[in-house]
Amino acid sequence: MSEEAPTVPFSEDGWSPAAFAKVAFLGIVFLFVAIPLIATLLGGLKSLGELRTNPFGLPQVWEWENYAGILGSKRYWQLLFNSLVIASLTVAITLAVAAMAAFTFAHIHFFGSKMLLNYFTIGLLFPSATAILPMFIKVRDLGLLDSYLGVVLPQVAFALAMSILLLRRFFRDLPSELLEAALVDGCSYINFFRYVTLPLSRPILSTVGTITFVHSWNAYLIPLVMLNSDSLYPWPLGIMVYQGEYSTEWHLILAFITLTILPTILLFLFAQKHIVAGLTAGSVKG
Amino acid sequence: MNALRLRTGDSGKLTTLVLFLPPALVLFSLFVILPVGEAAWYSGFNWNGFGKPTNWIGLDNYRFVFANKAFATAFRNNLLIIAVSLLVQLPLALALAIILTDRFRGAVALRLVFFLPYILAEIATGLIFSFVYDGDYGLLAAIYRLFGAEAPHLLASSSTAFPAILLVVVWKYFGFHMMLFIAALQGMDRSMVEAAKIDGASRWQLLRYVVIPTLYPTIRLSVFFAIVGSLQLFDLVMPLTRGGPADSSHTMVSFLYNFGVTRMRVGFGSAVGVILFVICITFAFGYKRWIMRDE
Repeated sequence: MSEEAPTVPFSEDGWSPAAFAKVAFLGIVFLFVAIPLIATLLGGLKSLGELRTNPFGLPQVWEWENYAGILGSKRYWQLLFNSLVIASLTVAITLAVAAMAAFTFAHIHFFGSKMLLNYFTIGLLFPSATAILPMFIKVRDLGLLDSYLGVVLPQVAFALAMSILLLRRFFRDLPSELLEAALVDGCSYINFFRYVTLPLSRPILSTVGTITFVHSWNAYLIPLVMLNSDSLYPWPLGIMVYQGEYSTEWHLILAFITLTILPTILLFLFAQKHIVAGLTAGSVKG
Repeated sequence: MNALRLRTGDSGKLTTLVLFLPPALVLFSLFVILPVGEAAWYSGFNWNGFGKPTNWIGLDNYRFVFANKAFATAFRNNLLIIAVSLLVQLPLALALAIILTDRFRGAVALRLVFFLPYILAEIATGLIFSFVYDGDYGLLAAIYRLFGAEAPHLLASSSTAFPAILLVVVWKYFGFHMMLFIAALQGMDRSMVEAAKIDGASRWQLLRYVVIPTLYPTIRLSVFFAIVGSLQLFDLVMPLTRGGPADSSHTMVSFLYNFGVTRMRVGFGSAVGVILFVICITFAFGYKRWIMRDE
């Protein structure tokens, strides 16, 4: 099953009416997906007047200053910087905390371990919005309101369930002889974790890290509730403020959207394997 | 004896347990589980979040929620998202997966293009489509003008705002479900397909009796994700309509945000949260028990 080479197609490919219908169907879906994205990218290169008369085509006059103006503003870089700090902290803490917990679930038998794992699984079943008000009050009482950490810690907490399940399955599937041999040689669990498990788990760590990053990078509700100062806003909050200020100057808004989703698209092109694997990973039962 | 072994000859088992488990346990309990319990407690009070909650009003908040017209609309809208996810998005994703699992030039590129909307932030997606739908500058307006017609302001009318959001939901999420199906199809035993072909099965029979049945577990899973995802839809609504006009396009979460969070009505918002929580948990356990019981 491993070599995929001679696949049997579900359908014959000749130039039949069916094949034609298939191509037409794919073409329509492609246009449905691509047109809004391409129009956004190009819209940022037009003047407002041209946007109204020519929303689909290439710009007659290429207005590079829309993009240049945003790239030259402190605001844009501040937003990306905030998002980067929040997402990186979220990833780092999630990986550290989830990997340690997953390791104990994978290798140490203790009373109540199964119950505790089920306890974490509950986190998969409801959205963070359900308890957003008590969460806000908790963050406020901890004095973390309007700080990076006030956003990061709740995000970590909600990322833990899925991360622990994915990591635990990977750790458990590593050859058990490794642990037995290491223990016989007098290696402690902690050193085994540090020197054997983690280095061997790079693929799953990057997968879990990538999903956590994408979720945090795109997150809106938790930062919206926890942050007050513009100077700490991640880009989804910032772009909403920007849209409020420039309400109908669509050429600027479209340029801003393009520049803020660009990092996501670049990341996607470079790490598509991890992203697709990670975001669809929940489908394989742990 | 056992206890002694645990302390000395256990290669630091106990130490590991004591060091490794608490961070996850504390964070998870503090920010995920405890707030749900607190929501249940706060939902009995009329409280603006300052000082201690003292004004106990029993189940009144729940009564207010259920009597609220906008909540009924929001609930109905959530059901509409589920219906569209199951009736439009799922068949679309399935059809595309079946076509794109075959290897032909461009198949892999198309998969990635179709998956792309899923990784874009909901906020960005919502803004892109508020441009598409814009009655003056938008793409839709341009198409109307092409035929000499006056463009409608879809998002400004309470009869069209939510249907417009539903289209964006399909645009954003079908690629994710398509990828789930592609992953399942790639793992499927192709010799079955070959055998059926040798036996002279038509293309339709092949799909109906071989391909789709092997996808049942994935379909059940996709339905599960679609429903759980529908229940938490929020980010997409904000840039498009903020729940308006006239509260016609709220989801339960945007209702919670609008009526609970922005007005700091902690008790009322918590009651909405508890209702949402009960719906999610009941659905998840019910689904696991009745639909996904073999997996």
